[in-house]
Formats: sequence, structure tokens, C-alpha cells
Amino acid sequence: MADIRNNFVGIKSPNPFWLASAPPTDKAYNVERAFKAGWGGVVWKTLGEEGPPVVNVNGPRYGAIWGADRRLLGLNNIELITDRDLYTNLREMKQVKMNWPDRALIASIMVPCEENAWKAILPLVEETGADGIELNFGCPHGMSERGMGSAVGQVPEYIEMVVRWCKQYTRMPVITKLTPNITDIRKPARAARAGGTDAVSLINTINSITGVNLDTFSPEPSIDGRGSHGGYCGPAVKPIALNMVAEIARDPETYGLPISGIGGVTTWRDAAEFLVLGAGNVQVCTAAMTYGFKIVQEMITGLSDWMDSKGHRSLDDITGRAVPNVSDWQYLNLNYVSKAHIDQDACIKCGRCHIACEDTSHQAITNVVNGIRHFEVIEEECVGCNLCVNVCPVQNCITMEPLAAGDLDKRTGKVVEPTYANWTTHPNNPMSRQAAE
Amino acid sequence: MDRLGNGIEAGRLTPAEYESNFADLHPRLDSHEALVASDRCYFCYDAPCMTACPTSIDIPLFIRQISTGNPIGSAKTIFDQNILGGMCARVCPTETLCEQVCVRNTAEDRPVEIGRLQRYATDIAMEQGRQFYSREASSGKTVAIVGAGPAGLAAAHRLAMHGHSVVMLEAREKAGGLNEYGIATYKAVDDFAQREVDYVTAIGGIETRNGVALGRDFSLSDLTAGYDAVFLAMGLAGVNGLGIEGEELEGVEDAVDFIAALRQADDKATVPIGRRVVVLGGGMTAIDAAIQSKLLGAEEVTICYRRGKENMNASAYEQDLATANGVIIRHWLAPKAILGKDGKVAGIEVEYTAMRDGKLVGTGETGVIAADQIMKAIGQSFLASGLGALQIERGKISTDIEGRTSVEGVWAGGDCIGLREDLTVSAVAQGRDAAESINRVLAAGARPAIAVA
Repeated sequence: MADIRNNFVGIKSPNPFWLASAPPTDKAYNVERAFKAGWGGVVWKTLGEEGPPVVNVNGPRYGAIWGADRRLLGLNNIELITDRDLYTNLREMKQVKMNWPDRALIASIMVPCEENAWKAILPLVEETGADGIELNFGCPHGMSERGMGSAVGQVPEYIEMVVRWCKQYTRMPVITKLTPNITDIRKPARAARAGGTDAVSLINTINSITGVNLDTFSPEPSIDGRGSHGGYCGPAVKPIALNMVAEIARDPETYGLPISGIGGVTTWRDAAEFLVLGAGNVQVCTAAMTYGFKIVQEMITGLSDWMDSKGHRSLDDITGRAVPNVSDWQYLNLNYVSKAHIDQDACIKCGRCHIACEDTSHQAITNVVNGIRHFEVIEEECVGCNLCVNVCPVQNCITMEPLAAGDLDKRTGKVVEPTYANWTTHPNNPMSRQAAE
Repeated sequence: MDRLGNGIEAGRLTPAEYESNFADLHPRLDSHEALVASDRCYFCYDAPCMTACPTSIDIPLFIRQISTGNPIGSAKTIFDQNILGGMCARVCPTETLCEQVCVRNTAEDRPVEIGRLQRYATDIAMEQGRQFYSREASSGKTVAIVGAGPAGLAAAHRLAMHGHSVVMLEAREKAGGLNEYGIATYKAVDDFAQREVDYVTAIGGIETRNGVALGRDFSLSDLTAGYDAVFLAMGLAGVNGLGIEGEELEGVEDAVDFIAALRQADDKATVPIGRRVVVLGGGMTAIDAAIQSKLLGAEEVTICYRRGKENMNASAYEQDLATANGVIIRHWLAPKAILGKDGKVAGIEVEYTAMRDGKLVGTGETGVIAADQIMKAIGQSFLASGLGALQIERGKISTDIEGRTSVEGVWAGGDCIGLREDLTVSAVAQGRDAAESINRVLAAGARPAIAVA
């Protein structure tokens, strides 16, 4: 059986599934339940500095969008960091760590951007026996208005500075949590590395308004008729998170920097995708908030069974395996030609592939053949764009079939070349590097 | 109350049983159920359901409107094509129309619940009294419609919309035709047929005269002389007879009369029913009569049909509904004689049948089924009277595709013509299309060419 034990910057856990710093990890009661359910680790909900705790709104904190059958696709929240007393949290963390020595317990921290504030809190956290700290440079609501959270994460110089303080004042591993509310995720990752961080974790939540009440014209979630942008998470953000993880994983300046992947992980498949794109483990929140802690059992068995079926023995076998395949557009093989193919036995004749192609793409799928409703690909027109595959309601009914070298591409009238050729050498490229003949 | 009393008696059940037995067969979906059901629609291009609908309702669009929380817009999409969309949602054999061709059948053997979604939207709009259509300026033309059933109502609404004045001449006490008199009670509860008549005629410009019959109170030539156009939609007034011994006995009844009387009875406990009932026939009328006999407390209800299951006009769904209600369906049995005792029905002698050389024949073997009541549901027929020289073909009025008859200025639609299936929804389509044809002629100010020579 595959070994899914995780060693992330020296922090050991029985599996790579951690609960992210968020409402599910706000107190011992929840964390105890999570560990009983099987979670490998938790990042305790963000601690603030000593003194009167922050307060939360007393109205709705969450908004959402839904897919068919009201499946939750995206969630946003305007909850702040923990609103419990610092010492209550520290006491509970210490007790939980004693109760569960084999699980990872990380403290998320957000204090003002002053050296003394960090210097003060780090020894207190270290005393709990926590395995590491995560610097919350990500929260995009509320705390950022006070110069913390994403207000720090959006300024690479601040990131580097704070990471440096933390490395100076604690022996605990430092994980820097990044905000996606930025144009180029590589910049803050590079800054974190420059400051000496042990790892980065990403993504934190995305600025968002989930909807507007059309009776009251209030954004959702509505607090007495007003709303504020919240942090977006859940399945809908996964593609954004995967890209950002991959960008850091393949950036020469941050290559090899351990990454804890976060963003819409709901199933073992999502987790595996983060891992192969360079994450050393994953953190989960929305899926647990939607279905409860038990979902980790599906994740553990699914990941393990997949690894067994593929012969992967440990997480090291899979981490980063897809990174070399993440490329820039200019290096994609322009001699690769594919055509859509419709399995007529699987086709239910809904006609969506036809109308999508007819109205919005390349007029490459029939509607009626010999007077009968029939959907098939017109290879002379098909550019292989994959839109029909994406709109077809039946899985595997439409597939993209690559042409072999030597086959005739009926659209272009050209024979498929056996060689790899990309834009950098294409004759239409004004910057072509091909030597003039 | 005598549950097991022999003979034909009323009040076999408790009030609670009557109430539960004649409650809505498929209650309206609530808004959550409607959302879940509408989510399953794929919004097909050139959707098969739409093609299968005799009135060509834009089904993918109305379902998408439900899924986005716009049942009122959805209802308008339905009513644009079928102003009796509320009743059709209740009585259409969707299992052989739109839902039969739903692509979800191919995907997972379970179609989108189109009929129930249609009811959801139309019920909401009708309960809110939302009228989507207003009359155009008066054309000064008047159209007579004979029969206020589905075809007549659909035509009346469309003609009124185009600014014509409409007079509906209805032989019975109430408008609605088979919707009022011919539909099983549990399919249209809470006086829905009359509420729908009110909804349709609320557009204005439609006058209904009840209790006047063609051939008795007026003739077709009276109408052609007095109106700018005539639409004949009087349905089928005749009932086929058995032509066997004992048909005159007390306890032998036409199923359509039984169904009508039951529909009109405010208190179902007053409707008498036999302890043992035999229904003869294989169509929807036979099924409706048999199920409702059972629901009235008959102990034993048997449908006898002289051909096989595959020949029955009633859909498989309706047959299943009957058997689920405890009705016994027996095939390959033809009535031979009705047996009596003291002038009342005591049983029926049946002969076994078979197909030999492509012909239905009696095998000579017979049997007797004990019964207190026999219901005939072996078809209805067109009773022509007062129609003058109007061309009749195979017992029904001849028309072209637009509903034009052989007589200038006279159109016909619904069950009294020979086109298509005898479904409510087909009648609505024919009434609507005939109205458009009439309007084209009236608008042009010209008389139509005679279509059927």
C-alpha cells in the first residue's frame, strides 16, 4: 500500500491533508473532532496580538454561489481572525498537541507589521509545542484595512521583512501564506524566499462579491443592507490556485521552495492535482465546511488507492511530477493536431455540441444528416478546440483524437508533421528565431 | 355505509377515503422540487420534446425560466403556444409525447418531468391572475364557435386576441368540453376546468351561450348566414353500442356518462357504484372509468379488452396506474352477452379471442364474469346533425391542415375532425391554428377558397 505519510519542512503528519486556518480550526472542540475524523494536521485559526480580541459582525459572514441541485461551488466569508482571547487559544493548542502528538499543529499568526509585535508573540506560540507557524499575509477583508493580512501580502518588501523577523525570533518552521489578490504571484513568493521562509502556502481567499440582492440592492452576504467584499474559496477557485502553485513551482527563483497547496480542494483528485503541480501537501477548508470532517476519509483512501493503481509508493514519487509539463504558450507544439470524435452509441442527441460549435465556434458539427437529427464532426472544419467536449453532458461521449504523423489534416489539407515546432520558430512570428535562409 | 353490499350503491366508503381517493394525482411541485427538476433539463438544441409537442411549446426555454426563478415568464412561454397549458400539464400523456423523447431517457432512463414543470409554472401564473394577452382593436367581425371544449376555447382565445368578437355555442351546461366532463376527477381537482375557462375567456370579447345544440337549436346555415366565420368544435357526442343481448339491463352504462356524473358530483359519496364492475374497452376512457370505480369502493373491477396489451390505446403508464389501483386488466376477451337477474345486471358472458390470419376471431371458448355493473368504453362517434352539405369522411368532418372544411367560411377542429390523435393538446393546436387561418381570411377581407372539394 502506498505510504501517504507527509513530511513538510520537517513537520510530520500521517497524511498530507491539513485543515486550513479558518473557522473549522478556531478552537479545541473542532480540532479534536477533526483529528478524530482523520485529518493529518491543522493550521489553527489566525491568532492576533495580546489584548482585546477583534470582533466579528453579528450578521451573516458567508455568501455562496451554487451549481445544479444547489451544489455549493464557491463560498466567501467576511469573518476576521480569531475573536477569542490569545491565551485561551494558546492553552487549547498546547493541550491538543499533547493529545495528538502524531498530528501537525501549525499556528497561523497575524499581528501588526512591527518587529516588536512579532517578537512578542512568537515565544508564546513556541511554548505551546506547535510544529510551525504560518504567516497570514492573505486575508483580504477587514484586517487588511488595518494594515495586516493581504495589505502585507501585496507588498513584497513587507513580506520579506516580516519573514526575516520570524526566522530571527523563532526556531519553528515558517510557512508564508500568500494572497492571490495580486497580479504576479511569483513576486511575493520570491520575497518570502529572500526573507528565508521555509515554505509558502497558497492561495488565500480572493476578493469577491458573491451576489446582489435584487430586491434591496445589497451585496451578499448582506449586513443590515450593506455588504463588503469577502474572501472567495471553494471548488470555483481551484483553477486559479493550481496555476499560482504551478507558477511558483516552475519559477527558477523559487524552484524547490516547499508549497502547501490551498484552494478548492474537495476530493482526493483535487489534492493529487495540487501535489503533482508541486505542492508538498494540501490544506482544506470549504469542503469541510460544506460536508463536515468525514470527507477526509474519502481523500485518504482515494489518494492511496490511486497511488497503488499507478505504482507510486510515497508522496515524494508524485510531488511536482506535472511541473515540467507546465509551459509557456510559445513552446506548445503547433504540429500537434486533434479532431473531435463523437461516440454515436454514447450520444444522447441533445444537440449542445452542434449549437455551441455552430453559434460560437467553427461550424464543425452537423445537426441533421439525410433528414435525420444526427451529430457528427465535420473534420474539414474542426480545429480541435475542445469546446464540444466541455459542453457535452455525457462524459467521454466526445473525445479529442490526435492525428498521427503522416495523417492528412482535412481542414488545412496538410499532412501532420512528425516533428515538434512552436511559435518561436514559426514563420508568422516577427520575432522568429529561425535563421534566415 | 355498506362496503360489500351487492348491487350498485352509493356511500361504500368513509368520507376520509373519498377525500383521499379523489385528491390530486400528482400534486404541484413545490419551488424546491421545481428547481431540482428543472436543473435536469439540458436545454437541448432543436429539442426533441418541442417537436413531439402537438402545440410546439418551447419546452427548453420554459424550463430554463423556471430554473432561474421566473415562473411567470415561463408560463407566458407556455401560453404563447397553448393557452390551455394548465390542463394539458395535467392530462397530456407526456409519457408518449414530450417526455418519451427527452434525451435524459437515453442518458439515464428517466426523462425531465416536463408535465409537472409545466403545471408548476402555469399554476403560479393563473393563481396570480396574470393575463399575458390583450385584444387588438376590434375588427368588427364576429365568429361563431360550436362547442366550448379545448379546441373551441383555444380558437376563441386566439380570435379574441386578434380583435374579433366570438360567440361560443355550447350544448352542455358548462363550458370546458371533455376537460369538464371527460377527465378523471383526480387529474383536475378543485374545479380546475372551470377556473381555466374563466382564465381563457378573461381576455374579453368571448360570449358563451350554454344549452344550445347544433341541429336542435340552430343549423350550420344559420351560422354561416349570421357570422363572418364559423368554427366547428363539437367533439364526439355519440357513443358506440355493443349490439349484444342484455345491453338494456339496469346497470349497463356508458363510461363517459359515469365519468361525467362523477366529475359533476360535489360529494363523491353520492355516486353509486357496483360491488363488481366490468369495463369494456382498451382506451383512456376505460382506464379512467375502471380506476374511478375502484376509488368509489368497488370491490372488484375488471377491464375486458378484446385484443392484446400492445393494442390498447391507453398508454403503458395509464395501464400501470390502473393495475396499481387494483384494477384487473384482461386481454383477448370479447363481450358476448350481458346476463341479468330481475332486470338487473348479474354478469357478463365473454368469449375468448385470438388473431387468426390477421383477423380477430372468437375462439368459441366462453366464460362468465359476475358483475353488478357494466361500463361501455368502446369508442365515441361523431353525430352529424344540422350540417347541411358539409363533407364528412369516415364519419368525421373533412378538413385541410388549417382546419378549413368543404364549406366556405367554415372551419373545424378537435375530435370531430379526422386529423391526428384525439388528445386535448391536439385539439388545442387545431383550435389555435384554425383561429389563425380564420384571422388571415378575415384580415384580408376576402372569403376563403374551398379547400376540400
